[in-house]
Amino acid sequence: MMSRKKRRLWIVVACGLGLSTAVALMLVAFRSSLSFFMSPQQVAARHPPAGQVFRLGGIVQANTVVMGTRNGAPYTTFRITDGSASIPVVYTGVLPGLFRQGQGVVTIGAMSEGDREFLASTVLAKHGADYMPRDVEMALRKAGKWNPKFGPPPDAGAWDDKSPAQIEASSNG
Amino acid sequence: MIPTLGNFALALALAIAVAQSVVGIAGPMLRDRQILRAAPALAIGQFVMLGLSFLALVWAGVVSDFTVRNVAEYSSSTTPLFYRITGTWGNHDGSILLWCLILSLCGATVGIFGNSIPTSLRSRVLGVLGLVSGGFMAFVIAVSNPFARIWPPPLHGAGVNPILQDPGLAVHPPILYTGYVGFSIAFAFAVAALIEGRVDAAWGRWVRPWALVSWLFLTCGICFGSLWSYYTLGWGGFWFWDPVENVALLPWLTGTALIHSAIVVEKREALKTWSVLLAIATFSLSLCGTFLVRSGLLNSVHAFSASPDQGLFILVLLALTIGGSLLLFAFRAPVLAASGVFAPVSREGALILNNIFLCIIAAVVFTGTMYPPFLALLFNRQISVGAPFYDQAVLPLTAPLILAMAVGPMLSWKRAALLPALTKLWFVAVLALVVFGAFILRGHFVAALGLAGAVWVVMGALVDLAERVRLFRIPLGQSFMRLFTIPRAAIGASLGHLGFGIAVLGIAGMSLQTHTIRVLNPGQSIDLGGYNWKLIAIKPATGPNYSARDATIEVSRNGHLVQILHPETRYFTDQKVKTVAAAIRSNGVRNLFATFAGDNNSGGGEFRFNIHPLAPEIWLGGLIMALGGAISLTDRRFRVGAPVRSRLRRPSGSATV
Repeated sequence: MMSRKKRRLWIVVACGLGLSTAVALMLVAFRSSLSFFMSPQQVAARHPPAGQVFRLGGIVQANTVVMGTRNGAPYTTFRITDGSASIPVVYTGVLPGLFRQGQGVVTIGAMSEGDREFLASTVLAKHGADYMPRDVEMALRKAGKWNPKFGPPPDAGAWDDKSPAQIEASSNG
Repeated sequence: MIPTLGNFALALALAIAVAQSVVGIAGPMLRDRQILRAAPALAIGQFVMLGLSFLALVWAGVVSDFTVRNVAEYSSSTTPLFYRITGTWGNHDGSILLWCLILSLCGATVGIFGNSIPTSLRSRVLGVLGLVSGGFMAFVIAVSNPFARIWPPPLHGAGVNPILQDPGLAVHPPILYTGYVGFSIAFAFAVAALIEGRVDAAWGRWVRPWALVSWLFLTCGICFGSLWSYYTLGWGGFWFWDPVENVALLPWLTGTALIHSAIVVEKREALKTWSVLLAIATFSLSLCGTFLVRSGLLNSVHAFSASPDQGLFILVLLALTIGGSLLLFAFRAPVLAASGVFAPVSREGALILNNIFLCIIAAVVFTGTMYPPFLALLFNRQISVGAPFYDQAVLPLTAPLILAMAVGPMLSWKRAALLPALTKLWFVAVLALVVFGAFILRGHFVAALGLAGAVWVVMGALVDLAERVRLFRIPLGQSFMRLFTIPRAAIGASLGHLGFGIAVLGIAGMSLQTHTIRVLNPGQSIDLGGYNWKLIAIKPATGPNYSARDATIEVSRNGHLVQILHPETRYFTDQKVKTVAAAIRSNGVRNLFATFAGDNNSGGGEFRFNIHPLAPEIWLGGLIMALGGAISLTDRRFRVGAPVRSRLRRPSGSATV
């Protein structure tokens, strides 16, 4: 049986080893996989390199949602705006129900080669009463388009309440 | 009228909670038997009042009383009855009232079933619970009152958010909250023990069942939440490392550590200070889980919106509860002397290893979750820490945990030898290596690691159970009989580990998923993962408060029909919101997952098809874990301390070994 001191030493050594591994892992992970949130304005100013994953958020610009088919796979294009810049987005997949024109949205993805468009791999939806993600709120405030101090955000339903299907019908017809 | 009564009952409950905290904490100092007996009665009274208050809110929702702001904003006359009821807690104010109700239920449970606990300790426990619940009821009444009225009332309510019109809302929040709040009892025991300055084996035996109950509810709650998120589009799948998910995982990690360390307190009277700290940390993290997300500090997909003054109140309340208990811990912890010596290679040693790694993982998850808000606060930079960070930082840390998990239960207390335990496991190791090799050859590195780990844990748990019933060493019938005579805690532990292994199996299997997105016209089909998916027709359908488009998909394999799937898109007219209802069919080892994104203008539609191998095992494993906890709870040593029997046999009521 070992003494209390020796046992404590063992525990301290185990904790130290575990903690240092954890810190090392975190530092490596932070360096390689931290993704930044960018507003359209920032994207337009900084031109993030192609393939670097970040979150793009803002308002889905009204009348820009177009659906199409490429090699049998459907895709959606729309523009995300913060009022001072607007970035074209291509998303292949099923949009969540709360995705609407004129409403806040957060997408995860990367810029395509040649800085042309944002290739989104994920589009996120929230279940709050009004979807104004905090990142988007910050982006809008920085662009000077909306400040929560002066009341709630413009009612999304009043901006444009067409569903993607209706938009598609109107854009094709 | 009824909502006013509900509001009144809420105020009364607050008054009772204040009385309960004063009487409960001051009572034992006065040494008055009458006063000591008052705390349980007050706790029950508080629960009854809050219960009435909650029922009043449900009632207001059921009869669509739109003078109540909460009902007007989150319900409507066209909402089906089921969602008018569940909508009560489908919003910020109502969900906090539910939270308080469950907290008072915890107090009442201690009041009713805690007869075997020494009166002074029980009084202090109830006092601490009263203090916590008083604080949060004050919050409800002051800044987040669900009974607030509006006049004139609107004709129609705004309706429950379509995404929340799901059976998941009926199950997930109450169960998750029970898990969160249940840890308040372990917390109250820890604080009471710090006030008394005494932690012994009996303390471990009282705390463990309460911690176990809340742990199993938390496990189920996380499971249901993950399942709900899995079939809801836009929430990122079964686990997204979203802040809300992380803050539920944090108390689960420390709670898991607590139910393991409490064993050591109970059996060996060691790790006492540590267990007290864990109990405080677990409830503190539970509080963070419920409220940090609501304070607006954390940014999440799943959060309710809250106003800034609510956020400040919550942060002050959190600081008081967590800071106060930690301060008490700092002053009083040295009083709790350790005893019980053991070697590093022993059951205690393995449990310490478990604790170290669970807490380190919790620390990593905590850092990842809290880093973005602090960076935003200090440097005004917006970053997000997503799945890749956790995959890189957390998954390697689970490896030693998984390795130790199969070996730990086979070590004996105090001092053990590694070799005999390892010889029992050699063929399990070989099996795990074979699985690893098979998947590495196909180029699935992550899946190979995960599946091998899962096989190691699952088989390890089974070997442990087989050893305990002496399978193949005594006749089979006797082995079977032994299943009922060995301690149920041992069976529970094996099942818990088994469940964890099965969940790891599911998570690893998910990394092998395949999917495709296609536009199909009726009659067209595509092939995915050996299955043929054929669109038969798209028809209109109607729900209680939505209109829908319903697609019929035939899934066949080698010409034989396997399943018919009916994914839908729904359009909720009240809120002008479209939702996508996925169709999922499972055969137990893989899920077929179809979503229908909407019609196109040529009579067809846009579809996403997924095949998720082993996905059902994620939730099956979680439920097995919870079942293990439940079986552990029926262990003899918890039942023997049962209130009625102990009162008959020994008036002092101290639990027996």
